[in-house]
Amino acid sequence: MCQVGEDYAEPPSWKSPLAPRPRLGQKCVKCKESDPVVVIRAGDAFCRDCFKAFYIHKFRAMLGKNRLIFPGEKVLLAWSGGPSSSSMVWQVVEGLSQHSAKRLRFVPGVVYVDEGAACGQSLEDRAKTLAEVKQVLHTVGFPWHVVSLEEVLGLPPSVLRYCPREPAGTEGTYKAAVDNFLQQQHALETQGAEDSCGPAWGQEEQCWPQSQDPHEPLSPAGFPPAAQTEALCRLFESVRTLTAKEELLQTLRSHLILHVARAHGYSKVMTGDSCTRLAIKLMTNLALGRGAFLAWDTGFSDERHGDVVVVRPMRDHTLKEVAFYNRLFAVPSVFTPAVDTKAPEKASIHRLMEAFVLRLQVQFPSTVSTVYRTSEKLVKAPREGCAGGPEGPRCLLCLCTLDIDTADSATAFGAQTSTFSQMPPSALQAESGMPAAPCHTVGPGCCWKACGREDDRQTQVIQQLCYSCRANMKDLPSMDPLPPYILAEAQLRSQRAWVMQEIQEYLIEDSGDEAETTQS
Amino acid sequence: MAAPLSVEVEFGGGAELLFDGVKKHQVTLPGQEEPWDIRNLLVWIKKNLLKERPELFIQGDSVRPGILVLINDADWELLGELDYQLQDQDSVLFISTLHGG
Repeated sequence: MCQVGEDYAEPPSWKSPLAPRPRLGQKCVKCKESDPVVVIRAGDAFCRDCFKAFYIHKFRAMLGKNRLIFPGEKVLLAWSGGPSSSSMVWQVVEGLSQHSAKRLRFVPGVVYVDEGAACGQSLEDRAKTLAEVKQVLHTVGFPWHVVSLEEVLGLPPSVLRYCPREPAGTEGTYKAAVDNFLQQQHALETQGAEDSCGPAWGQEEQCWPQSQDPHEPLSPAGFPPAAQTEALCRLFESVRTLTAKEELLQTLRSHLILHVARAHGYSKVMTGDSCTRLAIKLMTNLALGRGAFLAWDTGFSDERHGDVVVVRPMRDHTLKEVAFYNRLFAVPSVFTPAVDTKAPEKASIHRLMEAFVLRLQVQFPSTVSTVYRTSEKLVKAPREGCAGGPEGPRCLLCLCTLDIDTADSATAFGAQTSTFSQMPPSALQAESGMPAAPCHTVGPGCCWKACGREDDRQTQVIQQLCYSCRANMKDLPSMDPLPPYILAEAQLRSQRAWVMQEIQEYLIEDSGDEAETTQS
Repeated sequence: MAAPLSVEVEFGGGAELLFDGVKKHQVTLPGQEEPWDIRNLLVWIKKNLLKERPELFIQGDSVRPGILVLINDADWELLGELDYQLQDQDSVLFISTLHGG
């Protein structure tokens, strides 16, 4: 980073002690011939063609270097209509259409989530946006799934469960898979030449639904039933702060995308998080108390769901690069207002952190890259001695492994968490010195089996959340408007814990190991 | 005395929401003593085009961090940023990269 000025051996003609400024009339740093159009990094001016090559290379390199996406694998592109994800979709379009050796070899599909209900958009506005969205999707030509956020109300509780995936691919298996794929494709192509058919993936594409997803709601206008929209609006209106609203929207959206991916057999989901966005997200999540999950929330790959891995191929591109690329090469995108559109700078932690990072970036141009590089160095291994592992308890909402520090019960939260997550309230009541929970009360007459009661529902949900999700749920006055699958899964999990507790005395415990497994 | 200038001012990435949702504005800048630069243009935009919440578009004498400025489809950093002197028929584009526009 600090060698930028030295590398390009330009005399230090700038006088400003701050960021090196490009001089007027300079040439592209790459080809040294054309006039530059964009300045990226600290003072590197690129011409249009060199910028394009640089941008595309960065995208391919990110995928190539990580070797996570196997040839022929089904990959779902999560497209919001915004600049970064639009750019990502177009990078994939370009990568697949080329007949070069470096062609991308996975099988893409696109998912678009209509969040109009959460953002308070009118039906007319939503219809207009959807028309634009579908036009872009037709141009892209990949199989697509347009779902509305209302569909979270009909999700099965199984969405919230961890599904172990097939044995993880290693370097060796990746190479074998590539060879295998090339052989297959070669065979198909020779066969195809005889039958005068297209290449393998073109054929397959024809079998896929080109139009609507079967999960698409059935109402005539293409919108979910009004009652569902109303229910979702009620949920979002009941949330007291914009911060919690934003977090809830992210949570529900990710559950829905996960469901679409599982239902259609996609094993990877690509999101368009740019490096600027990830730097802001890292700082925001720290402030939200999600420090334990930073590696999952901001890393290149996120394996928290097991069978469906989320990857972030745009994480090397800054928002400035994305905006310039989209403008210079006419990448279509659809602007939709978000929950925080036109909100003042201090309206939410997300907004505040964005303003903070971007303002710092103006004065210190390495801010974003420094924060972002930090996210690359984070390790995902759970802390030693915590109840982690694939089978360990997971947060009901963000689906991260609960990072419970059982050994360190000195902190108030440590005490609270370990008591709450491992024991049903019946056990809690028996305990005399029970610490008072800040976000709910377990009534004296609380009966575990009478699950319909508000207090119990609150308890059931809260005790299965991580620290950050608990803090967010404090801004939700009632759990009732939450989508049924969340409440159902909460009930199921706590009943399971209760049964476990009940049969505990009949189990023969002969070692500490066993006690540990029953607890988890 | 600088002659009146005709320039195209465009907003994108959600910034247009602060301008009644209108993306393209063909504007005529009146003749004035000193030449028109981006600094003056921003003052003029704030006075004549901006419909609401100026703090979401302008901070200090520049644009809010996170809003990119392109002059004739080139980065304004190459052209002197606020000190760029506008020419007749220039196009100035403001793209918001902020979340939610």
